[in-house]
Amino acid sequence: MTPSVLRLTAAELGARIAAGELTAVEAAQAHLDQIGRVDGDVRAFLHTDAEWSLAQARAVDARLAAGEQLGPLAGVPIAVKDIFCTAGVPTTCASRILEGWRPPYDATVIERVRAAGLVMIGKTNMDEFAMGSSTENSAFQTTGNPWALDRIPGGSGGGSAAALAAFEAPLALGTDTGGSIRQPAAVTATVGVKPTYGGTSRYGVIAMASSLDQPGPCARTVLDAALLHAVMGGHDPMDSTSIDAPVPPVVAAARSGEVRGLRIGVVRELGGEGYAPGVEQRFHEALDVLADLGAEIVEVSCPHFRYGLGAYYLIMPSEVSSNLARFDAMRYGLRVGDDGTASVVEVMRATRGAGFGAEVKRRIIIGTYALSSGYYDAYYGSAQKVRRLIAQDFDAAWERVDVLVSPATPTTAFRKGERIADPLAMYMSDLCTIPSNMAGNASASFPCGLAPEDGLPVGFQVMAPVLADDRLYRVGAALERALAERWGGPLLDRLADGAAGTYLGVATAEGN
Amino acid sequence: MDELADYDEVLAAYEPVLGLEVHVELHTASKMFCGCDNSPGGEPNTKTCPVCLGLPGALPAVNEKAIESAIRIGLALNCEIATWCRFARKNYFYPDMTKDFQTSQYDEPLCFDGHVDVEVDGVTHRIDIERVHMEEDAGKLTHVGGQTGRIHGADYALVDYNRAGTPLMEIVTKPIRGLGAQAPAVGRAYLALLRDLMRALDVSDARMEQGNLRCDANVSLMPKGSTVLGTRTETKNVNSLRSVEGALTYEIRRQGALLAAGGRVKQETRHWHEDGGYTSEGRSKEQAEDYRYFPEPDLVPIAPAREWVEALRATLPEPPAARRRRLQAEYGFSDLEMRDVLGNEGSLDLIEATVLAGASPAAAKKWWLGELARVANEAGVDLAAVGLTPAQVAEVQRLVDDGVVNDKLARQVMEGVRAGEGTPAEVVAARGLRVVSDDGALAAAVDAAIAANPDVAAKIREGKVAAAGALIGAVMKAMRGQADAARVRELILAKLS
Repeated sequence: MTPSVLRLTAAELGARIAAGELTAVEAAQAHLDQIGRVDGDVRAFLHTDAEWSLAQARAVDARLAAGEQLGPLAGVPIAVKDIFCTAGVPTTCASRILEGWRPPYDATVIERVRAAGLVMIGKTNMDEFAMGSSTENSAFQTTGNPWALDRIPGGSGGGSAAALAAFEAPLALGTDTGGSIRQPAAVTATVGVKPTYGGTSRYGVIAMASSLDQPGPCARTVLDAALLHAVMGGHDPMDSTSIDAPVPPVVAAARSGEVRGLRIGVVRELGGEGYAPGVEQRFHEALDVLADLGAEIVEVSCPHFRYGLGAYYLIMPSEVSSNLARFDAMRYGLRVGDDGTASVVEVMRATRGAGFGAEVKRRIIIGTYALSSGYYDAYYGSAQKVRRLIAQDFDAAWERVDVLVSPATPTTAFRKGERIADPLAMYMSDLCTIPSNMAGNASASFPCGLAPEDGLPVGFQVMAPVLADDRLYRVGAALERALAERWGGPLLDRLADGAAGTYLGVATAEGN
Repeated sequence: MDELADYDEVLAAYEPVLGLEVHVELHTASKMFCGCDNSPGGEPNTKTCPVCLGLPGALPAVNEKAIESAIRIGLALNCEIATWCRFARKNYFYPDMTKDFQTSQYDEPLCFDGHVDVEVDGVTHRIDIERVHMEEDAGKLTHVGGQTGRIHGADYALVDYNRAGTPLMEIVTKPIRGLGAQAPAVGRAYLALLRDLMRALDVSDARMEQGNLRCDANVSLMPKGSTVLGTRTETKNVNSLRSVEGALTYEIRRQGALLAAGGRVKQETRHWHEDGGYTSEGRSKEQAEDYRYFPEPDLVPIAPAREWVEALRATLPEPPAARRRRLQAEYGFSDLEMRDVLGNEGSLDLIEATVLAGASPAAAKKWWLGELARVANEAGVDLAAVGLTPAQVAEVQRLVDDGVVNDKLARQVMEGVRAGEGTPAEVVAARGLRVVSDDGALAAAVDAAIAANPDVAAKIREGKVAAAGALIGAVMKAMRGQADAARVRELILAKLS
């Protein structure tokens, strides 16, 4: 039974559980077994606790047995990026400085996921404090891309994306500051959505850059992502930046997939030089598919996007330098050098020196510099101006088109170690995704094929105006259906029914 | 010890320039950015939550009541209220600050460009307010061990975050010039005015000894005739009205001595020692600290609607100075009497309430500044906590006016009320304190006194009326005080005329 359960979508799993054909405990156990079987190699999870997960599953089964209406995802396992505070369960942000810390409270998103009857199956690996594009900056382990274990699964949410692609979980939670949901989705052929800023609560999500961070859904299908988005989203009074508006009709959009008459703008600046040929090819094929479905394709110029990366690498580290100040050994987490004679400042210094990794330190230093007196206007101030210009580019585009599109990443998954010594090359991974974080609009990555040159997944990015998240799902669902017809099934079937799938134990031949 | 110059000599050569930064803790029900109980005290670290503990992932949400209080304070200080402003992060590492940054305001304060008038010895000084902004208080550190109990030499420190996140207003003046020798007294009067204002607005308990109202006193000396400000010092730990006057006087004399000796004033933070009445060197501020302020990204801007601001303006109480002038006029108090009233903490409120309860202003003042001030002083409590309400004082006075008791008996009635023996009337009944108004009994006592003091009686008969005092005393003694002295006098003079 196991392989077939693992291949089910979240929607299908939820339906089976609701129909009594499967229990939440069985679903959780199947995924825990899969993690036990493959995660020694994939290394997507930082923390699993079978008893914790099974206790949640038993509670869901009891609630369902009592006739409680829990919604379409009740009993479905979900992997949780280790940036979300989970009460009583280790939450590290993949940093030594938080090793062993168990938060006394649940993030709002976690509360909502629990209330909807989802079963948390484990905490997933990430770049330390979400800083990176390969998950290699985790203080604890590197995660492999299930398509090729020597390749990176993207970052910072590489653990969540890899867990989906390795069929260790049908759903996952991510956060996206500059592309940390979309870029991992792109390189693993999964679906990743960064909702409109303020569309999902940040309360209980360990902050990297407050004005950019946004939690979002990660899934293997467009509908699954929408179902999770609907559970996560909506106003939270605990997050002052959360928008007091209903969640856009994402599930209906994912079911419809209608793009006839939709005006799609291709961002001229996000393509060309520096983009892998296979990425460009699959992106343009996807555009043709959408045109065939009746969408109107036009080219749009967003001239200030080219400054996005530079401005992002000032604003983000500035906020990082302040947000990460609290990790000072005084109240929780690591404490180094407290020998009874060292001063408070010495202990803070020693702890931060030992507890933070190189990339975190780099960003704290850059941010501290950018905010310092005499440099503020030139760096942080100018970056904020660029941010406004990027938002104006978007606003101008929305006058002409309903959504904007681009490749989600310039290249497919690179090899582990390839860019770790070259921060600038690593930063380029987020070139296409950053503008939406800067402007706060909704954005997603959907699978659009395998690059011919390396056989690795390519992501198709869709960007929509603030609170028009449903348009992402409309385009995503249209692409998903059309491409499945062309490929004879979801792209991940290629993985599941290929050599990797045999290794992962999910090949159809082994099912039933 | 520091060299101190003669105060008058310093003032002959220099103009002191003040700058006062006052922090006011608001007594809102909950904290600035979370729902935690904002009342003072409690077991350490019990009034905390993920937000005020700055736990990873926690986010602030603004307490609207605190914004309302801030706007009312701004309006009472004649400030402009910003149409749009933001919080900012002030970044620095210190264990009393859970996030290692303070959520404050920087270049966009909620209230700005105000003024307030204070009066010292009949001279009114206008104090310009630069800004009033909102921030959060820090936790409280207790240094344990070592010799001094202070940070240096301590073995370890304990931290209590109950106070972390208490709403704090910072009220900053523009440089205050032209005060001359009155500068320290003006500083004190300004602080007293803020204290009274905070209470009148009911936004803070404003008890300086509890740290609800804290003052950082900046002072510099400018050579007379110059327009260039001197180097200032900032004195902290100025926790009473007396301290602000003392600290400013001390700094003026210390800086004066330095300048007179050809030295220069070091820009620094100094610490006021209430016991010894001196300031000592604190943190050097020659290198300005870089707090790396930037707009707080976790909070949305505050844009108070003009209608709301005007509605709040309508809730403002009468300004304390105007109220004082009005009450002085209404009560017919002389300037000297009014100074006595103002010199007794809280007495004006009590007198006003006693008058409203029916007593005459003179009687109300007499009780609160006389007997009750003495009792409060002996008991070491505030006048308001003396154990008698204004209504009860008014009732006692009514008994006096009705001739039921005299002043001496009234004091005993008050003592009974304070001892919990009941209402003034009940105390009169229970203790049998009623004055004897039976002329028969009084006449007998008068006769006895005349008989016992023939010499005195003779003098009175000769017209030396002043001698009647001795006979009145004898009668009052015989009546154990329960007689109306005026009536006794009448009876004596009638007998001996």
